[in-house]
Amino acid sequence: MSCAVSILKRELKGYFATPVAYVFIVIFLFLTGLFTFQLGGLYGEGNGQADLGAFFVWHPWLYLFLIPAVAMRLWAEERKSGTVELLLTLPVSLPQAILGKFIAAWLFIGIALALTFPTVLTVMYLGDPDMGIIIASYCGSFLMAGAFLAIGICMSALSSNQVVGFIIAVVVCFLLILAGHEPVLAAFRGWAPGWLVDAIASVSFLTHFSLVQRGLIRVTDLVFFVTLIIGWLTACGVILEMKKAE
Amino acid sequence: MAMIETNKLRKVFGPIEAVKGVSFRVEKGEVLGFLGPNGAGKSTVMRMLTCFLTPTAGTASVGGHDIRSDSMKVRRCVGYVPESNPVYGDMTTVAFLNFIAEMRGFRGRELKRRVDEVIDRCWLTDVRSQVTETLSKGFKRRVGLAQAFLHDPPILVLDEPTEGLDPNQKHEVRTLINRMAPDKATIISTHILEEVDAVCTRAIIIAEGRIVADGTPTELKERSRYHGAVRLTVETPDARGAEQALSGLPGVENVETLGKTDGVTRFFVSPKHGQSVLSGIVKLANEKKWRIEEMSEESGHLDEVFREITTKGGKHS
Repeated sequence: MSCAVSILKRELKGYFATPVAYVFIVIFLFLTGLFTFQLGGLYGEGNGQADLGAFFVWHPWLYLFLIPAVAMRLWAEERKSGTVELLLTLPVSLPQAILGKFIAAWLFIGIALALTFPTVLTVMYLGDPDMGIIIASYCGSFLMAGAFLAIGICMSALSSNQVVGFIIAVVVCFLLILAGHEPVLAAFRGWAPGWLVDAIASVSFLTHFSLVQRGLIRVTDLVFFVTLIIGWLTACGVILEMKKAE
Repeated sequence: MAMIETNKLRKVFGPIEAVKGVSFRVEKGEVLGFLGPNGAGKSTVMRMLTCFLTPTAGTASVGGHDIRSDSMKVRRCVGYVPESNPVYGDMTTVAFLNFIAEMRGFRGRELKRRVDEVIDRCWLTDVRSQVTETLSKGFKRRVGLAQAFLHDPPILVLDEPTEGLDPNQKHEVRTLINRMAPDKATIISTHILEEVDAVCTRAIIIAEGRIVADGTPTELKERSRYHGAVRLTVETPDARGAEQALSGLPGVENVETLGKTDGVTRFFVSPKHGQSVLSGIVKLANEKKWRIEEMSEESGHLDEVFREITTKGGKHS
């Protein structure tokens, strides 16, 4: 496990060694602010509540683009520069290497997420929000970020071109979000059997995040996100193993 | 016991059989030159030995551990420089080596000692804190070697370690390898034939996934048709007569007149395979009272042997 920690440290430092990390954090904070206060109408009329619903509801859509951007370099860069051969001939197992990179990127997103704290301070200043709900929502959002990230890291292993990895990851994530979007489900509801509509809805981020953003983490949602993470990371290992020969 | 022993290693990539059953041994203290044209399967064999790729069939024992079942133990006793020498470009030399040392399981004072020692040994002191991306090729290569030497492994696998370097840098790298080699088993792949003379104790020539020759550099050169050929510069008024006399010597296959100036003639005398003509020529020169200006015996051309066996009898150019 100590190898995974060494990789984690290297990757995390890697983010901050270039301006990428700062650019990402600034964009993330700017967009969360914009969406929450302008589009989300945190101050808007009729929103007399001091809660962060207007803040969390945008997270799946922000993650859709930002997380593939964080993940795209993780394996593509290693493959492009050939360092993947160096890394994977060191005494470290493939799962440990993947886990090290995954957790590094997840922590990085965690840092960006934590830096949204002024929004929390705002609602605390304005009213008396339920801190339990806010903390639970943050945890849920972080968990969902992990699922997005697992998809991104898997797609990053697919090609030595970062842009290719980014685009495929965005498409896959978009499909997974869209599956729970009401207009999409309505289109199916007309003709498809009920169980199919439920099945489509149940693989969606939106369905599982809808309660999370109100501060409620159900076991099924927890299982859903954790399963996604494990599944996509496993797929990542399979892809890396296959792509070694190239 | 051999440090490296491969047993009918095979690797198939889709429709292509890159390595077709390769078996060889490397003992401690040996530096094995792995020769072959590009695409012959050299790198693939090395990638299997270092556990990057899994063989399709066959296996190998590296440092006494099986590459299939004991991959982690193999990795611990091997220092590997992959082809084109990849290093993390965004790290400084010392940060990169620290990372490798951590991955190799060193911590604290031991880690620092190892890294300092290898920086000193690979002449990297001046570029300690420089980002590896900005290093010259020669320095970068030494960083790559330092990474492989760091844990003082009993086995070194170096894939084209001097590729793309200038003559001075090549010399530095060879000096480093020669210094490390005596108590290790080393495999070096290359297609630069002078390298074999410079560092290798034994050479294997591999072509189209098969071993086509295996021997010491001298043995390989003996297979050259120029092995034992004599270059001769003599002062004689009768060049034609001299050429005929040389052709008449026992064991001579062919005599070529390379040039003639002011009564000085240069000959190239090729022997029949496996025969020596030098002493015959000396005797003849004494009898005829030729004044010999220069005479040398060829040990054979490795590049010619290489071409001969890697292109099916040297028929292709």
